[in-house]
Amino acid sequence: MEALGTEWALDWIRRSAAVIAENKGELSALDRAIGDGDHGENLDRGFRAVIAKLEGASPETPGAVLKLVATTLISTVGGASGPLLGTAYLKGAQAAGDAPGLDGAAVVSLLTAARDGVVARGKAEPGDKTMVDAWTPAVDAATRALGGGGDASAVLEAAAIAAAAGAEATEPLIAHKGRASYLGERAIGHRDPGAQSSALQLRAAADAATGA
Amino acid sequence: MKKLIRDPQTVVPDALAGFAAAHPGLVRVQTDPDYIVRADAPVRGKVGLVSGGGSGHEPLHGGFVGYGMLDAAVPGPVFTSPTPDPILEATKAVDGGAGVLHIVKNYTGDVLNFETAADLASAEDIQVETVVVDDDVAVKDSLYTAGRRGVAGTVLVEKIAGAAAERGDDLAGVAAIARTVNANARSMGLALTAPIVPHAGVPSFDIGDDEVEIGIGIHGEPGRARIAWEPVDGLVARLMEPILEDLPFTSSDDVLLFVNGMGATPLVELYIVFDAAASILRERSIQISRSLVGNFVTSLDMQGVSITLLRLDDELKALWDAPVETAALRWGR
Repeated sequence: MEALGTEWALDWIRRSAAVIAENKGELSALDRAIGDGDHGENLDRGFRAVIAKLEGASPETPGAVLKLVATTLISTVGGASGPLLGTAYLKGAQAAGDAPGLDGAAVVSLLTAARDGVVARGKAEPGDKTMVDAWTPAVDAATRALGGGGDASAVLEAAAIAAAAGAEATEPLIAHKGRASYLGERAIGHRDPGAQSSALQLRAAADAATGA
Repeated sequence: MKKLIRDPQTVVPDALAGFAAAHPGLVRVQTDPDYIVRADAPVRGKVGLVSGGGSGHEPLHGGFVGYGMLDAAVPGPVFTSPTPDPILEATKAVDGGAGVLHIVKNYTGDVLNFETAADLASAEDIQVETVVVDDDVAVKDSLYTAGRRGVAGTVLVEKIAGAAAERGDDLAGVAAIARTVNANARSMGLALTAPIVPHAGVPSFDIGDDEVEIGIGIHGEPGRARIAWEPVDGLVARLMEPILEDLPFTSSDDVLLFVNGMGATPLVELYIVFDAAASILRERSIQISRSLVGNFVTSLDMQGVSITLLRLDDELKALWDAPVETAALRWGR
């Protein structure tokens, strides 16, 4: 049970950037249905800036990688997802501290801090049809996996599976936060783009841990 | 998609370059980060007013930078809030020692990014007050939504608060006037077509030739209800009734009636809308003592209109009439 180090964090972020770029059309299409149609473009712009920043920097811990991601997303993404995702990475970075490697318990703390940051900033609750609906099941599943003796990559795998299910489960919901909330019942039947992009990033974190 | 652009990715900087070239005596356009400031900023001893939001709503907000209105405007990407850095830089650029008022439309992204920028400005010892504009009555149940949106009433807040700052009110006073305008303004809009965001290249929502979207916001997000088209008087009544009932506006009220085009509506139609709205007000013995008609808070190339009513008192009238000199509004100077 190896702890996840800086290489894992870098691989996570590179995989996230790639998967966001690959899915930006689909994310914007989800956003067109219940928002303003730019979620994929905005996140892609942010992650491209992150990759450019990483080229010139040599962060030495997972926490330092995530802090760089946080500040870059906050200053490049805009909209609601910039401050919200940026806060997730910032709080995750703070939880990781300057540890060179993260075990299962440290990964659970990181995910929990990230989710708590999103909730504190956006004030959304589970069921509001936001990215919290991916993050909260992910944190719960990660905690359960840790309790069952899972290591860091097992914890991340559980989080990724739960986040994807959580994103899918936003489809029948009425939105209570963000622009989709203006639609009332017309938001039913559409997946929340922020939950979907969060699930993609958590899948990238799990794949980076296993090298899948 | 046919648009007068070079590249969907450079729409905002290209337009800012044109804005700078068109209005050199009025404003300076800063790049990296991007914001527009009054040519004479900072004005010593005057409260600075900063607003901003996604681009695509022009002339909001850059067109309202100048004497008697905004000190700075921060344009984000099309329909996307600016990030905190340019808001912070604009705030520093207009701080004349009397503090800075942020005027923010109530959209989640704008609120979160301005909030972050205000925190950063406070850390640099700049006093910042924030007024969130939420004049859109189309959003009914604020408890279960992100709250009412800030739409065309924002122009009235910026004009009147700008006049209060120009006459020398302090930060708390300017913020109070801005909140008074917001509290007395109600808006609602409709769309006949959807806007096409340049980098998306397709309409933001599907709408039939015979359909009208009632309660539209200003970012191409769908409204609350889809109805079949009907002649203008019926459509205007569908906007006016919720507006009138909400405040409520009552007989003998004095109002400013603002008919705002969404970008692709001919002015001739806006005046027909004004006529229809005015006759509804006449029936209710509500006096139109000020008016504004034109494309001021747009949604790119969306065809549609919003109606805003502002209840006036003598002070608001005097501040509305006070001189203003910006790219999009100018009188008295």
